[in-house]
Amino acid sequence: MIELRRVTFTPPDSSEHVLKDVDLTIEEGELLLVSGPTGSGKSTLLGVLAGLVPRFSGGALEGDLLLDGTSIIRTPPRERAGIIGYVGQDPVAGFVTDTVEEELAYGMEQLGLAPATMRRRVEETLDLLGIADLRQRSLRTLSGGQQQRVAIGSVLTTHPRFVVLDEPTSALDPTAAEDVLATITRLVHDLGTSVVVAEHRLERVVPFADRIALLVGDGSVAVGDPADILETSPIVPPLVELGRELGWSPLPLTVRDARRRARGVALADRVGLTEPDQAGPPPSSSGGSTSAFVGRAASASERVETNTVTLSARSLTVTRGRTPILHDVSIELPAGRVTALMGRNGSGKSTLLWTLQGTQKRLAGSVDVAGKDPATLDPDTRRTLVGLLPQTAADLLYLETVAEECDAGGPRTREILDSLVPGIPDDQHPRDLSEGQRLALALSLILSADPPVVLLDEPTRGLDYAAKHALAEILRELTAAGKAVLVATHDVEFVAEAADDVVVLADGEVVSAGDVRSVTAESPAFAPQVSKVFGPGWLHVREIVEAVGEG
Amino acid sequence: MSALLVARLPRDLHPVAWWVWAIGLAAYASFTTNPLLLLLLVGVVSVVVAARRGDQPWARSFRLYVGLALFIVATRVLFRVLLGAVPGHVLIDLPEIPLPDWVLGIRLLGPLTREALLAGLYDGMRLGAIVICVGAANALANPKRLLRSLPPALYEVGTAVVVAVTVLPQLAESVQRVRAAQRLRSGATGKVRRLRRFLVPVLEDALERSMALAAGMDTRGYGRTAGIPVVTRRITSTLMLVSLVGLCVGVYAVLDGTTPGWLAATMLVLGAGAAAGGLRLAGRRVTRTVYRPDRWRWPEVVVALSGVAVGAAGWWIARDQVPIAYPGVSTVPGVTLTALAGVLIGLVPVVAAPVPASIVQEEAPA
Repeated sequence: MIELRRVTFTPPDSSEHVLKDVDLTIEEGELLLVSGPTGSGKSTLLGVLAGLVPRFSGGALEGDLLLDGTSIIRTPPRERAGIIGYVGQDPVAGFVTDTVEEELAYGMEQLGLAPATMRRRVEETLDLLGIADLRQRSLRTLSGGQQQRVAIGSVLTTHPRFVVLDEPTSALDPTAAEDVLATITRLVHDLGTSVVVAEHRLERVVPFADRIALLVGDGSVAVGDPADILETSPIVPPLVELGRELGWSPLPLTVRDARRRARGVALADRVGLTEPDQAGPPPSSSGGSTSAFVGRAASASERVETNTVTLSARSLTVTRGRTPILHDVSIELPAGRVTALMGRNGSGKSTLLWTLQGTQKRLAGSVDVAGKDPATLDPDTRRTLVGLLPQTAADLLYLETVAEECDAGGPRTREILDSLVPGIPDDQHPRDLSEGQRLALALSLILSADPPVVLLDEPTRGLDYAAKHALAEILRELTAAGKAVLVATHDVEFVAEAADDVVVLADGEVVSAGDVRSVTAESPAFAPQVSKVFGPGWLHVREIVEAVGEG
Repeated sequence: MSALLVARLPRDLHPVAWWVWAIGLAAYASFTTNPLLLLLLVGVVSVVVAARRGDQPWARSFRLYVGLALFIVATRVLFRVLLGAVPGHVLIDLPEIPLPDWVLGIRLLGPLTREALLAGLYDGMRLGAIVICVGAANALANPKRLLRSLPPALYEVGTAVVVAVTVLPQLAESVQRVRAAQRLRSGATGKVRRLRRFLVPVLEDALERSMALAAGMDTRGYGRTAGIPVVTRRITSTLMLVSLVGLCVGVYAVLDGTTPGWLAATMLVLGAGAAAGGLRLAGRRVTRTVYRPDRWRWPEVVVALSGVAVGAAGWWIARDQVPIAYPGVSTVPGVTLTALAGVLIGLVPVVAAPVPASIVQEEAPA
């Protein structure tokens, strides 16, 4: 049992408390979900448990941390290693060795376990995580999900009683994320390990959580049953939002709960859905429709009519060495529409974006933006045709203040930044901005060249719900200005909210493309929670609420 | 009998065995300038490498070392041409470039003699052969596994090297990424400013990565102390330093030949003694263990001994058959049966060493 007693943390050069008088008890064998908006101190709380705060972060830590009644607040992380296992946000950055097997054994070697024990535990862990066939592989050649599982495995081999995970699924595709979460629940259920996990995308973890610790942002923590905490939490998964809107109590936490509730309560309001033929089928979805749905479809098609294709790419083939990364990919980006690019880790999403932008050399195929091929242009002209926001937006920034960045970026940068996210102070260091603000700054640097095509590579990584709403709003403004937008993302809920069309890549080929409703209807892995509850065709809570209201 | 066969099953030979073998061959090369023997030695090394290397990245590095060796030979010969001044059969009568009087004893160009060329060639070949031996060890033994077999006292050094080896490709990748990203925006174009534009994100990235790695290592128990007194740690470090100096001086004295024998013997004994003491002391405080350590079995012994034998043969030839070991440049170099046999012992690993595991994995059905 770990107890935090009146823990207060003040970061260096600041008088605000990130954590203030936090009391928290972590029981044996429970899954505690740490939730809260970006910057509310989730990582700090986990760092206090692992011993990394204040040792690696600086700042002042007060209060006490008790392990079974003994204070361990002054114990360095290395001495906590056998008891508390910690996996950071980026598993790759924490890898010490270079093959799976050695990485799993590393922690045990440091603890000085007997060779026979080490061998046995490595085998057990390989099986537990289902990665036995990867044992000899080099860590860098693994996919994101595999790397995350190896990182979890590498702390499990020392048999810690507590495992602390900082956003274990934020970089993963939906399927890989589910694998990792299945692993985590297995730890809790089968091994009795206590797991503390911080996560932005609550919809994935809430069904498994025993308790939630909610950090509101003022340094205080509310701990309790998921259903109670989510009642008032500022950040909630779509299911809970739905439950709140429709006045369900207790709130549904799993899709199953919600489905049962939906059957009983809202049936009368959704006549169209149960009898698909009445109101005419929605575009290529097997589910039904309502008048509201038809209305939305119509408004969408109105937007389509005004559209012209801004970027068109035919039969793109890109190879690395002799391995094809993209194979015969054709894609069209219409003006005024947001296209989402989905697919598992390593399916070629980033490569496609860089190829469309022109930096990545292609073996065959053509890209056409306003009659020009970006690949043949110099970087300055290319910028005015295609804008690309890379995966690590921080790579774009190199100056000390926001004002300097804006000056270097071009005359309109500050203006664009203010229209995206108003009120960022001029003298702030770009590194000190929140994820969402930094993203907006990088995006405005790109938009200052006023390109008709904007590509974004996983912009939702590390954003909380509010920031994602804001981003969706920004994308909508861009399309209203007639730009064509392509967003690579793993976040199905974000796609449901922000995208008009979806393209799914697998193994470097387009496996499915079309309207967001039809694609999410075809692939359950990409279906948002709302369509899991109400059937294909429904994407977000707002639609349901409207439909219920009309019914 | 079956134990003998088991040890020959496909597996990676202990890296130390390969290094002992390679050092033995390199020692032989250092004892002679006979081009025939050196060529034979390079041949033996190449055969062993071809027969027993795996298909991991480091196995492909052998070619690089061969290239480096050729470059060394070429440079050595070139310098002989430039700074000629060996009397003998003139091949090309190059004009001498007059130098001022104060550079006494140095001549630029001048008549190029066959003797000058050959002397440069022999010398370069000796150095080249040594480089190829080192390259062979690198190609045959996983450098990281070699670090894992280091004595515990050197563990920290080993970890630092492993981290450095993994960080380099990451840095290269980060450089590439930032360069591509900076092209996506407009910004400073001046020379100095552009450098800054590029360096700042790369350095920030590198710093963040190293912090993450340090945190990762710390949370996984790296550097657990288990309460060792400072005095013990200091004594260990002193002993290790003394042993290093002793071994270096001793090895130099043995190879040099002009230093008195007693010096070589004392320094070697002193070095070895200090090393043993230091390692023992360090070993006592070690709380960590090694996962699946490489095991030392009879093929390792045979491979290592073959290297030692080759080295010993070289030493013996350099002492007892001077005309064979150091042939003059005016006569055709000769060889003796012992000298040839001495080199050919180096072929033993082709038979004795097991096939590397990585090769067999490729061939096995999936």
